[in-house]
Amino acid sequence: MAMPKHARDGWLLSIPALILLAFGAAGPLLIVFIYAFLEPGDFSGVVWNFTTEAWFRVFFERDIFDGTVSMADAHLTIFWRSVKLSLLTTLITFLIGFPMAWFIATQPPNRRPAWLFLITIPFWTNLLIRTFAILEVLRNQGLLNSFLLWLGVIDQPLQILYTDNAVLIGMAYVYLPLMVLPLFAAIDRFDFRLIEASYDLYASRWQVLRRIILPITRPGIVAGSILVFVPSLGAYVTPRILGGGKNMMVGNFIELQFGQGRNWPLGAALSMLLLVIVLVALLAYVRVTSGSERRDA
Amino acid sequence: MTQETAVEAIAAARHYGTGSTAVKALDEVSISIRKGEFFTLLGPSGCGKTTLLRLIAGFETPTSGQILLSGKDITHIPPNERRVNTVFQSYALFPHLTVARNIAFGLEMLGRPNAEIDNRVKEMLALVQMEQMAERKPAMLSGGQQQRVALARALAPAPEVLLLDEPLSALDLKLRKEMQLELKRLQTKTGITFVFVTHDQEEALTMSDRIGVMKSGKLLQVGGPRDIYNAPVNRFVADFIGETNFLKGQLANGQVTLATGETLPLPDATGSGEVTLAIRPEQIRIAPDGPITAKLKQTVYFGTDTHCHLALADGSEIVARLQSPPSGETGLQEGETLRIAPVQGAVQILQED
Repeated sequence: MAMPKHARDGWLLSIPALILLAFGAAGPLLIVFIYAFLEPGDFSGVVWNFTTEAWFRVFFERDIFDGTVSMADAHLTIFWRSVKLSLLTTLITFLIGFPMAWFIATQPPNRRPAWLFLITIPFWTNLLIRTFAILEVLRNQGLLNSFLLWLGVIDQPLQILYTDNAVLIGMAYVYLPLMVLPLFAAIDRFDFRLIEASYDLYASRWQVLRRIILPITRPGIVAGSILVFVPSLGAYVTPRILGGGKNMMVGNFIELQFGQGRNWPLGAALSMLLLVIVLVALLAYVRVTSGSERRDA
Repeated sequence: MTQETAVEAIAAARHYGTGSTAVKALDEVSISIRKGEFFTLLGPSGCGKTTLLRLIAGFETPTSGQILLSGKDITHIPPNERRVNTVFQSYALFPHLTVARNIAFGLEMLGRPNAEIDNRVKEMLALVQMEQMAERKPAMLSGGQQQRVALARALAPAPEVLLLDEPLSALDLKLRKEMQLELKRLQTKTGITFVFVTHDQEEALTMSDRIGVMKSGKLLQVGGPRDIYNAPVNRFVADFIGETNFLKGQLANGQVTLATGETLPLPDATGSGEVTLAIRPEQIRIAPDGPITAKLKQTVYFGTDTHCHLALADGSEIVARLQSPPSGETGLQEGETLRIAPVQGAVQILQED
């Protein structure tokens, strides 16, 4: 017996967790991976013949009549839009969320739970209902347009609904709590005396923010950004309702392949690609944010 | 030492709240701190010493009055435009920056050229003997090391005045003694005006050129350590700085009649009426012809000296501190009746506060 008893017991005890991981996480992922290399069935499902056709179709398209191959521009557009909207969502939630989190963290401790509760209320509400509420605000005869018309800022209703902007507004609203909570946790741990110390050492307000506050709360910023960016990239309900049928994001496009498109392997290949993009983004994030401090004024 | 003024407070007051509920953290204090001196603000917590320091640093604005730096009114100048740096009680080192970058911070903010910053950081690291630690993060340093970095960081921009807010209070006794000497050495070497805040009277006595004793937002006495210790202006100062025995009595014709009925000649004393006398424990001798009778209740051995708790005829208690003889035995028996006398010139007549 090479292993000490407690180590062996520890390994045995983790078996239920390993089984759960294998069936719950690794298994489905493996199925998606395998499907991406199979032929589509006539109506749905897959035919068990190995082919890389699905991967080919992710990036290229063949003309139905003469078989000429060209780049699958539509797919790239959808991926690009997804990445762009997700990055913008992350940026917007950060710009709104940081002052919010700062405000809550600087409240007297007995008032903080109330503020945090208010922030998380949307969480306890069904996503569909929240999204329809946003739709109600944004539509041509909705709250926003009525208000702007009443103010006299505009004389025609703005077409916001069914545009990328509507999707952006919706996603920023839905994912804001995911940004605020980790930011709050980071700012709550922040030693506010450091602000006084940096003023004392001739820093301006802007330098205090950039050189002291942002670097020290960075773990919260990274966590919040990941928590917003990743689900934004795979968002399905929000772009479907607020973006209409035209402004698809990857999530909608994948759903299309498993539904009307009846091309499960293509859907699976797109899913794998989405996963790769997320992983690359995460790695890039980790690399950028764990980089050493450089001296720049 | 020149008599030029480094920092001046003119009737500086800081109130918290308004109206009748206002708390006067600082009550119209005027003080003048000379260039190049080690000045200590000493007092119990809540006496306003830290508030005064924060007014000089610029973290707070006085409710009324003025703060001058080298004769210039800086009352409404923000802290980042004052050539004043602070060593904080909590050190407030930047946790994400290395020791060297912490020290460089002030110079970087002043926009100094990189070459100059590098040289100055090296110089500061050498000054506080932390060259080996330059690339460490503050979390990897001991309390004493963090203290040194905080000092180096505040000294690096060569401020006109360095403010130190109870910087030694978090250190253990031995390290604190070491740092006291170190601080004094740094102050002498750099020639920068130090304004040091503490509640520890021993710290104040050992390091300062001058001490300002504060209580309840007021400055009670300013003077050199010897003046403060040997000639306290009132009972509070006498009691706060070191240990003191207080005796009440009636002064008349150059002698004081104590509550015990005994008389103590004080040829230099003028005036008459009720007075409080202050006598330091180490200034009391056992003398067969001493004017006061006392019963020895208890002796406590402290190594260098022995504390004798004595009961006077009226029941009041005083402490005499006798230097321990080489054997360690004073030869005194508890319960013994002794005659004691204060050393010539050691009796202070105090104003009541």
